[in-house]
Amino acid sequence: MGKKIEIDDRFKKFGTVSFTAITKTNDFIDHLEQGKVVGTRCKECGMHFFPPRADCFRCLESHMEWFEVAGNGKLVTYSKLEYGPVGFEKDLPYRIALLDYGDYKVFGRIDDAVPDDALSMGMKMKTRVNRLADGQLNYVFQPA
Amino acid sequence: MGKVGIIGVGQSAFVRQYPGSIRELAFEGFKNAMKDAQITVKDVDASVVCSAPEYDKQRSPAGVFAEYLGLNPQPTFYVESLCSSSSMGLRLAYSLVKSGLHDVVAVIGFQKMSEISSSESQERMGRGADIQWESPFGTMMPAYYAMYARAHMAAYGTTPEDLARIRVKSATYGQLNELAVYRKPVTFEMFADPNDRMAGPVASPLRVGDCCANADGSSCIIVASEEKARALSQKPVWILGLGAASTSVNLAGRNLFTGLTVAQEAAKQAYAMAGIEPKDIDVAEVHDCFTIAELMAYENLGFAAPGEGKDLIRSKETYKEGRIPVNVDGGLLSKGHPIGATGGSQIRTIVLQLRGEAGAIQVKDPEIGLVHNIGGVGLYGNVTILGR
Ligand SMILES: [Zn+2]
Repeated sequence: MGKKIEIDDRFKKFGTVSFTAITKTNDFIDHLEQGKVVGTRCKECGMHFFPPRADCFRCLESHMEWFEVAGNGKLVTYSKLEYGPVGFEKDLPYRIALLDYGDYKVFGRIDDAVPDDALSMGMKMKTRVNRLADGQLNYVFQPA
Repeated sequence: MGKVGIIGVGQSAFVRQYPGSIRELAFEGFKNAMKDAQITVKDVDASVVCSAPEYDKQRSPAGVFAEYLGLNPQPTFYVESLCSSSSMGLRLAYSLVKSGLHDVVAVIGFQKMSEISSSESQERMGRGADIQWESPFGTMMPAYYAMYARAHMAAYGTTPEDLARIRVKSATYGQLNELAVYRKPVTFEMFADPNDRMAGPVASPLRVGDCCANADGSSCIIVASEEKARALSQKPVWILGLGAASTSVNLAGRNLFTGLTVAQEAAKQAYAMAGIEPKDIDVAEVHDCFTIAELMAYENLGFAAPGEGKDLIRSKETYKEGRIPVNVDGGLLSKGHPIGATGGSQIRTIVLQLRGEAGAIQVKDPEIGLVHNIGGVGLYGNVTILGR
């Protein structure tokens, strides 16, 4: 009794507003700090998971290893938001998008530096770590 | 085991700000369904209450409603699948009756979206999807459906004008619906005028006119065993087919972006159970929370081949006089979308159509009708087929 419990709430650093603080995939944040966007792969069956997860429903095991989201994905679709939820007002307008890497897909933002007219459906894009002004971390898509 | 029927349907007016509490709101839909069925509270063996709980201040509304509506000591409980909650409630009521556990079950859907302040509502909107991996990017419902719209446009040549056609159709009938929240006319010119509110940007390629409005409202469906239905009702409508499905909440876990797999899957189940095909449907209510959602529904339900939904609306085949009338009550786009009440309102419209009691929007002599009700961004799908 009286011993202070250490709470690992690293995940609160994810995105403009994080709605989750505690997860078994908290090391995702450390990888972002090191400039890497990572998913998990089940050591038993080899299935890729993005977004990362701690547990494999196929094997009913939790033996995961991290893999880096590397190379290029194809732009599946996107939307430019003119309105946002509370906490995202300063980001507006911004674009959310989905990239297809073949074995997995990645949902995220398109880099604000990329103009609208540089976007085309199916174009090759890469995923890069992005540090926000207040120290929060996310990732963005840029033309490959 | 016999068939399962619907013997009463009701809804409240759908309004921006209901001037009463949630139990009073629920009473409105319930009262109308009970009067429609011409039964009393003693005839109801159980109640199922449906809503999206994030808009409720009241914890566990089922108990509060059962007391207020005079449904004690019968069992009551709550079911939730976002915007398809009351279709899921109907599915549950079907199974309760079919199993023989109960003879008559009331499915009560409601939502008082104005129960919370608009800033609270804005905050909840940000948590409408995968809060761990997607919401931190600033996602909103219109933006997700917009991503489907862009994919559909790129794959099939669907245009923003096609989507505007759907809103214009909706408003044509919304003007006739006294229970709808939006009853003004909508024209193509409004979409073409960049200064018009309808053309205002929300989440590209969707515009203000492509989106339905929040509303407060309630609905109620009274479900009964075949024996009870025949004893209590002059015009029972039978539940012929039920389908339900789910998919990955995170878009990264999905493979189709030009349609909703949950609708395809639920439709397949419902058609198989009813032993019919899409061409047998005489009138349909589909979940048009956004214009693109109605267009995809045409294809996912088999009214049009993939990519040909645009042709159906261009040729006006989904108008009241067309080959397959869709949302001739104004749909969610005109009626408004009080989440938990929406499915019940759709079912009510089809039941009235099949009974020949739909008034100004009556389709000519329909025998089989379909309800397509989607929860979240294609996260949950329910398809219900009803017949005379
Ligand atoms: Zn595995």
